[in-house]
Amino acid sequence: MKAHRNHANYWAFALHRLSGVALLFFLPAHFYVLGLAVEEAATLDMFLSWTEAPVVKLLETGLVILLAAHMTGGLRVLAIEFLAWRDWQKSVVAITGGLSVAAGLLFLLNAG
Amino acid sequence: MSSETITVEIWRGKEEGEFQTYQVPRMESQTVLDIVTYVQRNLDPGLSYRFACRVGVCGSCAMTVNGKPRWTCRTHIDKVAGDGTLRIQPLRNLPVIRDLAVDMTDFFEKWTQAKAQFVPTATRADDFAQVSPEDPQRKEASAGIECINCGVCYSACDTVAWVDDYLGPAALNRAWTLHNDVRDGGRAERLKAISGAGGCQACHSHQSCFELCPKHLNPTASIAGLKRATVKAALKGEI
Repeated sequence: MKAHRNHANYWAFALHRLSGVALLFFLPAHFYVLGLAVEEAATLDMFLSWTEAPVVKLLETGLVILLAAHMTGGLRVLAIEFLAWRDWQKSVVAITGGLSVAAGLLFLLNAG
Repeated sequence: MSSETITVEIWRGKEEGEFQTYQVPRMESQTVLDIVTYVQRNLDPGLSYRFACRVGVCGSCAMTVNGKPRWTCRTHIDKVAGDGTLRIQPLRNLPVIRDLAVDMTDFFEKWTQAKAQFVPTATRADDFAQVSPEDPQRKEASAGIECINCGVCYSACDTVAWVDDYLGPAALNRAWTLHNDVRDGGRAERLKAISGAGGCQACHSHQSCFELCPKHLNPTASIAGLKRATVKAALKGEI
C-alpha cells in the first residue's frame, strides 16, 4: 500500500472493490450450481455432500465475510453520498468491518 | 544545533530523471523546506523548487515527502523522517517542470471549469449582506474556505490519477463553499458544471484529501454535499 493510501477509509474502499471483484467470479459458479438442481440432481447432491467438508466450510466462511463486507461497504458509501456528513467515518469503517467478521463467525457457529 | 546529518534523496529531472542523495546537517525545528533550501544554497544551486511565504499561507511549497504530499514549510523533519532518511519528490498528478517544481495549470484550470468563482447578486447601492455565522448554510461554507490552493489534495487523490477530466477535491470544495454562500448567484450554472463527466459523482470517497489536507479541511465532505445537491437539483429539474 502506497504511503498516501495507507488510512482506514482507503482500506475500506480497497476491500469493497476487491470483495466486489471476488463476488463477480463467485456468482456465475453459484448460479451454475443452483442450475444443477433442475437438470442434474445427482451431481448437485454430490456437490452438497462435498460442501460438508470442514475445509469447504472455512472457505464458505470467507465467502460470507466477503459478502457481508461488500454489503456493509456499499451501505457505507450510500450513507456518505445520501445522508448528512458525519465526522466519525473511521468508526463507520470499524463498524462495517466488525459486522462482516461477526457475520462470518455466526455462519461458522452454525456450520457444524 | 546538532552535528548530525540527515540523508536526503531529491528528485532531479522532469518525468524522466533520478534521485540524487545529499547529506544535510540536522538543525532544531528544521522543516522539509529548510532542507531543500540548504541543498539549493549550499550543495546544488541548479535545484529547482517553488516557495514564497515559508509560513503556511501561500500554498506554493507542496512536495511529496516520503510518499505523501505535504506543505513543506510547515512539515518538521522530526515528524516525517523517523528513520533518519528523507525522500523528496514533486507533487503527483501534475506535470513536472523540473526537479521539485510542477506545472499547476491543470489544477487552476479545473477551478475555472467548476465555475468556482463568486457570482455577485448585489450592487454598490445595496447595503452589506447580513449573514449570521450561526446560520447552518454559512457554517458549511465557513468549514471549507481556508483552502490555500497548495495542491496537496489534488496530488493525494487517486481519482485524479485515474480520471483525466476529474475536477479534483480543491475545485469541488470551492464550489461547495460558494453553493452555501447566500450572496452567490451562480448556483444552478455551477451545479451543471460540476455534475457532468469528471464532476463530483466521480469521487470514490477515498478521503485521502481529508487525511492529508494541511489545513485540516474536508473536501470529501464538501463533495458529498455537492452529490446530494446535484441529486436534489436533478429531481427538481433544475439541472
